[in-house]
Amino acid sequence: MKFSKTEFLVGLFMLAGIGAAVVMALKVAGLVLDSSSNSYTVHAKFDNIGSLKLRAPVRIGGVLIGRVEGIHLDPEDLVPVVDIAINSEFNQISEESKASILTAGIIGEQYIGITPGFYDEELGTSYLKDGDYIRDTGSAVVLEDLIAKFLYSSSASDSADEEK
Amino acid sequence: MLTDAVGALGRWGLQKICSLGRSTLMLYHALIGKPDFRKHFPLLIAQIYFVGVQSVIIIIVSGLFIGMVLGLQGFNILKDFMATGSLGPLVALAIIRELGPVVTALLFAGRAGSALTAEIGQLKASEQLSSMEMMAVDPLRRIISPRFWAGFISMPLLSILFCLVGIYGGKLVGVDWLGLDDGIYWSGMQASVDLMDDIGCMVIKALVFAAACTWIALFNGYDCRPTSSGISAATTATVVQSSLAVLGLDFVLTALMF
Repeated sequence: MKFSKTEFLVGLFMLAGIGAAVVMALKVAGLVLDSSSNSYTVHAKFDNIGSLKLRAPVRIGGVLIGRVEGIHLDPEDLVPVVDIAINSEFNQISEESKASILTAGIIGEQYIGITPGFYDEELGTSYLKDGDYIRDTGSAVVLEDLIAKFLYSSSASDSADEEK
Repeated sequence: MLTDAVGALGRWGLQKICSLGRSTLMLYHALIGKPDFRKHFPLLIAQIYFVGVQSVIIIIVSGLFIGMVLGLQGFNILKDFMATGSLGPLVALAIIRELGPVVTALLFAGRAGSALTAEIGQLKASEQLSSMEMMAVDPLRRIISPRFWAGFISMPLLSILFCLVGIYGGKLVGVDWLGLDDGIYWSGMQASVDLMDDIGCMVIKALVFAAACTWIALFNGYDCRPTSSGISAATTATVVQSSLAVLGLDFVLTALMF
């Protein structure tokens, strides 16, 4: 069966359109997130993740080492669990490290900063492996909490002033 | 004096209503009826090539530049608020919800709609439409119908291409040039763009604009005065009417869907 050049170009055009629709669904609307890259996943429980989003960066001292791969709620404790995919080349992170949710700028995007902990085999610490939990975590700072704390403390000091 | 003015207004109104009726009849006769796939499919392919494939270059180039401009302007303003992380959602939502379908439709009206009007007007002026009727070939089924379906099929595809290229244009400026983090660009976008609500509505918009643009283009050609000045007036009318129709319909659709 022989096709004309026009038919071929129209077929190409329709393929391009359909391909673009698929790419849009996957990449722009974030339909599927596959992690076939060479990374390992650790989990961390936080009290409050603020507005942390999927694919947010994970950094040590500002250097990008991985991405947030999943966010879900622990069904028993009702605390958020964050799955962190760390690039396999960074495989010497002590399990005593601390993961905290930080904010880039005042109202910027939130990311996870990992502060490396000590590593000492005699004390029984080891490196983080796939599936491990980071025990030491720091929650996101919620602006409303900060403001409430500030207002409360300032009103308390005001009343203390009045009593004098 | 006054009766003349009222009479002129009445004649104008009747003419508009008549042409609306004629255009509806044209579309009705062109689309309703048993399709003959074996005979009409090659015609459809040729028309998709003409209105769709040949518009790809202009769509891609304008999509790229509109995305790049959005990325640049958005980045410079968001930087003042330390919120450059919102560049991804900004570019994606602006392009997918409004700019993508609307600019595609405007370009489509200028690039393909005017050509359709001129072509059909020339067929009419050289009495080829009448000759077809003499040979018992229905010109509506043979000329109008494949062109309408070609526009209806091509426009959503062009619109999706435009959106994708535009989003990559925004990425090119925001991420590769101005240094925003790649993951933040995409993650913010994925968190705020919904497949059905945003991309689905974009496709619906594109389909509505496609129907409006091709209908206006085909009817202006089919109904033009069969002279060279008539063809030129019809081509101008096509571009003006389709652009206004697209912008007006966009507001209505946006109000209905979002």
